[in-house]
Amino acid sequence: MKIETSIVVAGLLLGAFSVAGAGLVAATHVATTDRIALNERQALLDKLSVLVPAGRVTNDMATDRIEVSDPSRLGSGRTTVYRAFDNGAPVGVILTPVVPDGYAGPIHLLVAVLSDGTLGGVRVVSHKETPGLGDKIEERRTDWVLGFDGKSLADPLPEQWKVKRDGGVFDQFTGATVTPRAVVKAVKSTLLYVREKGDALYAPPASAQVRALAGGAG
Amino acid sequence: MAGTDYGKIVRDGLWNNNQALVALLGLCPLLATTTSATNGLGMGIATTAVLLLSNVTISLIRRAVRPEVRIPVYVVVIASFVTVVELLMHAYFFDLHKVLGIFIALIVVNCTILGRAEAFASKNGVLPSAVDALGIGLGSTAALVTLGGLRELVGQGTLFAQAHLLLGDWARVLELGVGEGFHGALVAILPPGAFIGLGFLIALKNVIDRRATRKTVVIAAPPAQPAKAG
Repeated sequence: MKIETSIVVAGLLLGAFSVAGAGLVAATHVATTDRIALNERQALLDKLSVLVPAGRVTNDMATDRIEVSDPSRLGSGRTTVYRAFDNGAPVGVILTPVVPDGYAGPIHLLVAVLSDGTLGGVRVVSHKETPGLGDKIEERRTDWVLGFDGKSLADPLPEQWKVKRDGGVFDQFTGATVTPRAVVKAVKSTLLYVREKGDALYAPPASAQVRALAGGAG
Repeated sequence: MAGTDYGKIVRDGLWNNNQALVALLGLCPLLATTTSATNGLGMGIATTAVLLLSNVTISLIRRAVRPEVRIPVYVVVIASFVTVVELLMHAYFFDLHKVLGIFIALIVVNCTILGRAEAFASKNGVLPSAVDALGIGLGSTAALVTLGGLRELVGQGTLFAQAHLLLGDWARVLELGVGEGFHGALVAILPPGAFIGLGFLIALKNVIDRRATRKTVVIAAPPAQPAKAG
């Protein structure tokens, strides 16, 4: 009898602490959700706005986005495209392609293609490349990724969209050729994709807007 | 009952029973996050905060918790606080969260925290438990920052890079660089570097301890010996 009671008491105690703990987490979650969402959104906007000409974008890029799918050229089944307009006139699109053939797993990029076909800029969002070697693709480590600014399929010519070792115009890093080679290839195929799609990327598909809203900040 | 020896609690936490260098607890976050001094510092502060919250809470409830369920209760308490700290960090230190975010959850499995709950907070009052948490937390933070700084300096040639994300803009003065062209020894940043660096730190601590013991013996004989070794 005594043992049974003590087990029940212990169980109730554990249950009470679990409820209290979950309640604390839930309260904190509720209190911080808005701020976290705001942070995420601001961080996204900060990342996007450096890639398009300053002062020319009048729409809200963080919400004006569509989903496209072209696994062979953009590296994943679902690619988000953020669109920048200047009072309705296309300024550029920012795609989120995935580099499938990095040295250590996929590399996630932001590639801004302006309406004249030149690159507004390229940034690395996440990667697992070797620290000290492949991670020089990060903007905070070297200027390498800034070398894409202003490039297009006309400059350099498509057959020169390679690292120097392969006869192209882009630098590789000492000890790490695979990473820049893969990034250059992915940027080139993104440019090809944008050129092929043309104005379709700027079209306002109502369903996509709804989906973007339903997707929330995620 | 004489008063609690707070000095001893702090000394134990910081040095004699340093959880990272003596007890070798909490190695999972220690090895994973110490790629730079700033990461180490951020992880150390987060760990100390969780440790303080959990030690105080567990000390408060120590009489209510039945021995049969004490460990699950501690785990629930610790896990709740870790999640709360993670959420707060996400909301108020967003940039740092981007760097450390995935490691914060690792604090749940940091044996240091469960260890202190079981070994200290469950047997002591609130104030000693809080002091113990601060001592242990600062000791672990010191180990994290030292190991992080060591690995960052050797592997990358910088010290406290990105400290402004954690401490605000004034911290840019802390951010040192050996200079352009220093390529560093990559191994220090990679996981093996964490083990090698930790090995050296433990060895260093043992050497210092042994010196101290020898000196005490020497000093005990002629009391007028000036502190030579500084």
